[in-house]
Amino acid sequence: MRALTLCAAIALTSLSAVASAQEEEPVAPYVQSDANAGAQPISDPEVLAAFNGRDGIRRIANRTVDLALADPQLGPIFRPFDMVRLRRTLNEHFCYLLGGGCTYTGRDMTTSHADMGVQTRDFNLLVRHLRTAMEEEDVPFAMQNRFLAVLAPMHRDVVAR
Amino acid sequence: MKNALLAAPVCVLATAVGAEALARDLVWGGKLPLTRGVTSIEGGTGAGLATWALIGGNATEDGVGVSAFYTVIPLSDYDFTAYGMAVGLYDRVELSYAHQEFDTGSTGTLLGIGEGFTFEQDIFGVKVRLIGDALYDQDRWLPQIAVGVQYKQAEHGALISALGGEDDSGLDVYVSATKILLDRSLVLNATVRATDANQFGLLGFGGDQQGDRTAQVELSGAYMLSDRLLVGAEYRTRPDNLGFAAEDDGYDVFAAYAVTDNLTLVAGYVELGSIATFDDQNGAYLSLQIGF
Repeated sequence: MRALTLCAAIALTSLSAVASAQEEEPVAPYVQSDANAGAQPISDPEVLAAFNGRDGIRRIANRTVDLALADPQLGPIFRPFDMVRLRRTLNEHFCYLLGGGCTYTGRDMTTSHADMGVQTRDFNLLVRHLRTAMEEEDVPFAMQNRFLAVLAPMHRDVVAR
Repeated sequence: MKNALLAAPVCVLATAVGAEALARDLVWGGKLPLTRGVTSIEGGTGAGLATWALIGGNATEDGVGVSAFYTVIPLSDYDFTAYGMAVGLYDRVELSYAHQEFDTGSTGTLLGIGEGFTFEQDIFGVKVRLIGDALYDQDRWLPQIAVGVQYKQAEHGALISALGGEDDSGLDVYVSATKILLDRSLVLNATVRATDANQFGLLGFGGDQQGDRTAQVELSGAYMLSDRLLVGAEYRTRPDNLGFAAEDDGYDVFAAYAVTDNLTLVAGYVELGSIATFDDQNGAYLSLQIGF
């Protein structure tokens, strides 16, 4: 009986582990709005095309998260947080800002980075990984800069003061 | 007057650095490639001839960075060499030192001062960033603005006097504005410098034609070809204080390549016009720079 209970407990734990790998952890309620994206989207269709549309943007967002998690400096900053949610909201964020027509459902930059303790060095490291992901997607350098110009002012809200 | 001008930035430095240092642990490095700029011939962050508002070293506002440089400009009738180092404190204050040598080579014989006669000077700089961020403020037109002083001490005071120079030391005061227009891959800079330096100070300060400081401008424009390669051009006006020899404006074109985050190579072409009666002084601009 004890063995059965133990087995059941292990099974349940494994099940919840599997579930948590696919589902997002709850966050405190907030008002969803595209305004949370922190910038107006780029309306130039050439930029969206340079990023290979929504598919390219998804690859870039996922690759950026992969590179950040593998980074010895950034990994420990990201790992305590919900990576399922991050991948979704980062993809939405990029897609919205690049004029891909997505809705951004995440929190604003100040709230979403409040507990991360991000310093300028970390912000810049993520920019480097994003550059790498954009390079791998063959986004021309000038087009990368169009996007980074939209993201750069978020430094004010992302970096802990 | 000179002491007061030097004391002001030092006080700002002490206040800015003191407050920041207490608040955080020191973080080394962290700037993106090339965003520490390169070192100008006068030792502070800039490009080639011009000084910019950026702070040297790789450190962000959370740390202290250092950089060092060695630059040669083999001109038509002279050889110009400069080397030195800079310390960047919390991306706020830059302290710099440069030594410049101007070897007259065989031209020295023609000038009657002897073959290989070398004019030299030391330049001590302090720069304080006042407002704006050249890189992150992409949603604002406000550039990064810094003010600075460069105290210059030239050697060969007796010869400088004989040539009509008023002094063998001088103080340049400048205001510099730098803006990265990321969505156009451009870097722009404008600097206004109050100076009485003759040939950057190598031929002394003030002269028989003009004794006081005059306002001069330094304009730079550069295009980012990648996050490691920048190509640009610069124009710098200069005073014309000495009666015995005219001094012209200078300009250059350059390419700066960040081989690694710690090593940058700069190659270009410079024209400095007439120097000590020898016209059309131009040549290659070659610089090796390291930064941490």
